[in-house]
Amino acid sequence: MLKYIIKRIILAIVTVLLICIITFFLMNAVPGGPFNREKALSEATIQALNERYNLDKPILVQFGLYMKGIVQGDFGVSLKNGREIKDIIGESFPISCKIGLLAVSIALVLGTIFGSIAALMRNKLPDRIIIFLSTLFTAVPSFILATLLLLVFSIKLGWVQVWSANSTNYVLPVIALCAYPMAYTTRLAKTSMLDALSQDYIRTAKAKGVAKWKVIFKHALRNSLLPVITYAGPEIAYIITGSMVVETVFTIGGIGSKFVSAINNRDYTMIMATTIFLAVLMVVANLICDLLYKVVDPRIKYE
Amino acid sequence: MIQYDQNGMPKKSPFSLQLNLQKFGKATEEEKRQQDVMSESTTFFKDGMRRLFKNKLAVASIVVLVLIVGIILVAPAIVPYGYAEILSVEGKRDKSAKNLAPFTYSKNEQAFIDKGGTRFPHIFGTDEQCRDYFIRVVYGTRVSLVVGFFASIIVLIIGMIYGSIAGYTGGRTDMIMMRIVDIIYSLPDMLVIILLSVVLNTVLVFQSGSLLASLGTNMISLFIVFGCLYWVGMARLIRAEILSIKENEFILAARSIGAKKGRIIRKHILPNCLSVIIISTALQIPSAIFTESYLSFVGLGVQAPMPSLGSLANAAREGLQSYPYKLVFPAVVICLIVLSLNLLGDGLRDAFDPKLKR
Repeated sequence: MLKYIIKRIILAIVTVLLICIITFFLMNAVPGGPFNREKALSEATIQALNERYNLDKPILVQFGLYMKGIVQGDFGVSLKNGREIKDIIGESFPISCKIGLLAVSIALVLGTIFGSIAALMRNKLPDRIIIFLSTLFTAVPSFILATLLLLVFSIKLGWVQVWSANSTNYVLPVIALCAYPMAYTTRLAKTSMLDALSQDYIRTAKAKGVAKWKVIFKHALRNSLLPVITYAGPEIAYIITGSMVVETVFTIGGIGSKFVSAINNRDYTMIMATTIFLAVLMVVANLICDLLYKVVDPRIKYE
Repeated sequence: MIQYDQNGMPKKSPFSLQLNLQKFGKATEEEKRQQDVMSESTTFFKDGMRRLFKNKLAVASIVVLVLIVGIILVAPAIVPYGYAEILSVEGKRDKSAKNLAPFTYSKNEQAFIDKGGTRFPHIFGTDEQCRDYFIRVVYGTRVSLVVGFFASIIVLIIGMIYGSIAGYTGGRTDMIMMRIVDIIYSLPDMLVIILLSVVLNTVLVFQSGSLLASLGTNMISLFIVFGCLYWVGMARLIRAEILSIKENEFILAARSIGAKKGRIIRKHILPNCLSVIIISTALQIPSAIFTESYLSFVGLGVQAPMPSLGSLANAAREGLQSYPYKLVFPAVVICLIVLSLNLLGDGLRDAFDPKLKR
């Protein structure tokens, strides 16, 4: 067990390092320095600026200094508005975090419930409806769903207010974000529930007269949850990338929409910082899910 | 002297330990007929296809896909507008043809028709730059499908070569190759894709007039990105498949008569993982289309004025309140394509995966 944990953590650290290296050197490969303006600056000014931001040093030293800054929580300054990126992330991340966590938990809980219902009522009407809808929703990209929801419920029907600073309504963004992972979880939960229901111990439990609800909740559901937990890691990654477009559509000032606008503005320091931040988040989430999975299921061999 | 009975069987010597052949009778005609093969012999492929065509959902998605492909192939020949062409009436730019609703004509066009001219209807209306929207959706679908298809082919080729080398060689080579795959697999793919696209879009510059330039840097960077990152899943799958196939006796037989490694992989192993390859490629296409539309939406997709379904949907957000149909058309096409490819992939898996055979 300990060996597995150490191995997994080493892989995570290697991944994070690799991401930092890729991000830093790719962003440095972009032609044109940060001080290339329409109005030419004087030699002395450029030199002073380069010295101020360590741009005159060799690239490896620059990388080392950048990494040192990140470890200390200093992501540098945005090229577009000159604000500390640390502050931008600090104020936008909580919003994204709230929406993302809501979406993750709703997708996992409702997905499992719907999947189990579909498995228990196999080939009946509820099963068909659930499977039809979940197949449909796995084919709708989140940005299209978000835009359609905005169009129908905010603009045409006027039921939900359009997002603004003083009216924060989480309903539509959360629905748009969790639709795909929920549909996926539903299908996953259905197959694993069917698998669990066909096991011998379920027949044994039924044969010795255990109440039906007890068989379902205590024996079948607990075992069918395992594959659902493994999906939690990829799901968090999906939600993080999905939040970029959903936040852009609903004009929510979360970290995702900040990332998209940084891309459109070619704000390279901001892109670099947010990529590293989000990537570390995904890697850590994946690591926790993997370790949790081994804790929850003692049958798995620790290689 | 050996004596024979009426069946032509020799008489058994009483001291012999052999079977008494005279106790055996000849098979009657009816008994002989039981050995006849009644059904036609079928190949693995034919059998799979038969099962695939029994699956109603899979057949429906094939029909939808054929329809879509047919439309995008035929439409540019019928519709007299270009995807980047700004509409004009009798050689003059038609400024009134802005944001027309489906099947309507602009003022100038109406005047032209009243005079006796004929004008091809704008099936999906026009966009804010006076371009025919139907032909833009058609070209957008073309771009999205081409991206999805070629990206999957690239993924397939790289994944197949890498996976089969790792799986067949085994040992330390396999271990090192698979560690590399592990690391690439654990990279957050979407973030790296966005990063690569941002950089490649500015770094890649092609000579104008070349084939690569006409595709556009964004399209090329999309393919590079897919080639760099998405093959790992395929490589893992093929390696696992090869590991189980290479233990079979026919591989041993081929090796013992001196077949070379490359030949064994090509002739004996890969045809046996064909079903896995087909299924995962079919399921790869929709995910590539998803990624492409996502990137187009973020603003990293194909180059304007070339449309893609994602960039059309993104552009439609501008006038969402007044012209919602501009979002609906590309959105419906994306969903239809992805849905039918998903269902077809599922159908192929049910039909061709021997492990699921009932």
